[in-house]
Amino acid sequence: MSTASTGTEPDNHAAPARQRVLAQTRFETGTLLRNGEQLLVAIVLPAMALVGLALSHSPSLGPGRRIDLAVPGVLALAVISTAFTGQAISTAFDRRYGVLRLLGVSPLGRNGLLVAKALAVLTIELLQFLVIGGLGLALGWHPEWIGLFAAGLMTLVGTWTFVALALLLAGTLRAEGVLALANLIWVLLLGLGGVIVPPSQMPAGLSRIAALLPSGALGNGLRAAFIDGRLAAVPLLVLVVWGAVATVLASRTFRWSD
Amino acid sequence: MRDLAKRFGATTALAGMTWAARRGQVTAVLGPNGAGKTTTIECAEGLQRPDSGEVRVLGADPWQAGPDHRAAVGVMLQDGGLPNASTPVRLLRHLAAFHQSPADVDALVERLGIDAFSGTTVRRLSGGQKQRVALAAALVGRPEVAFLDEPTAGLDPHARLDAWELLRETRDTGCAVIVTTHSFEEAERLADHIVIVDRGRVATQGSLAELTGERSLEKIYFSLTREATR
Repeated sequence: MSTASTGTEPDNHAAPARQRVLAQTRFETGTLLRNGEQLLVAIVLPAMALVGLALSHSPSLGPGRRIDLAVPGVLALAVISTAFTGQAISTAFDRRYGVLRLLGVSPLGRNGLLVAKALAVLTIELLQFLVIGGLGLALGWHPEWIGLFAAGLMTLVGTWTFVALALLLAGTLRAEGVLALANLIWVLLLGLGGVIVPPSQMPAGLSRIAALLPSGALGNGLRAAFIDGRLAAVPLLVLVVWGAVATVLASRTFRWSD
Repeated sequence: MRDLAKRFGATTALAGMTWAARRGQVTAVLGPNGAGKTTTIECAEGLQRPDSGEVRVLGADPWQAGPDHRAAVGVMLQDGGLPNASTPVRLLRHLAAFHQSPADVDALVERLGIDAFSGTTVRRLSGGQKQRVALAAALVGRPEVAFLDEPTAGLDPHARLDAWELLRETRDTGCAVIVTTHSFEEAERLADHIVIVDRGRVATQGSLAELTGERSLEKIYFSLTREATR
């Protein structure tokens, strides 16, 4: 059936919510994929880290096949890159340039923007998992496939936690400050956060701290899922606590305008 | 809007702002820096919530209005609000996708001369080029009300004429066009209704003829507004 437009009434309704959110998701994803630095941090650096780990013997990743230990850690790193560093920086600059305000008064609205950002992050992560997972398989990774569900859950919770932490930074500090800090934290977590090198392989004092960081928890959770095929309760709990605290703080402190 | 008041800490931005804009008219809100133009407009857009007083836009409270209301209201922010990494046409098509029946993006792009720099990212555009993209972004949803905060600031004379003509056409479709400006020339040449604001209040308002009589708008303006402190 076709209906001809009568063409008399001004018809400036909003597009349906789903269409608005998906349009914004595509836009955000496209913007991230066009951004060279972002691609470097999201895909190239984690892939290089994986190849480096596969070809070397240090640092120690613990007992077991090295590639099986390396891939989950690199996947955790990829999540942190996109959900934390990438989102913190892009949201901070969007806030600085008034983009958040303009989209807030567009038909998309603030809630639509938040949902779209979450979907864009998950889309990029899916891409990262395909690239890094594929590379891992080529390098001889034997994941415990039964752990896929646990890994998916861990990734979702980890994404929520790291996006909340990103918004906590992006909504309160100046854009340049966020740029510096988000990158610095990424490097610190990479080195000391128990992401790639499991907390159990770190010196005693550091080891306990790293396991309680969201980075160490995500790394441990993904390792437990892909190596033992199980859902690790403690890392999950650690992530939930960080996520809940960061969400409450971010929703209280986030400023939409600079 | 009636009796709008808003304070930021010790600063009083609005002190009882009352005026109205009609459909099919260009309303110019004219005043010095710090007079409360942007705060007023942001209250009407739903970006700020007044401490007291009432704003109604298309019959709704903009602070709580839903997506259909926002679709009928076009907004051009003073600082642009354009994502830096995008190119103008990609951005405009994207914003058009929020609307059920948006304006013709290609025609808008051509009208405002955006096609001349359509492949350049927003980050690399000049101030005037960004203004044109922001204006297009405000009109892409074929709004019933358009709030344009200093829409021609930074435009060269030709681009300014083009923008004025587009705003007149938008008005002629029945849209209520509200522009803030500190240019008398813009108010004189473009506005059907002029609201002169100073220190968070309306100093006077009316059509150009009503306001000026024998005197020039410039004289009226200076007699009604004090020089801003910054």
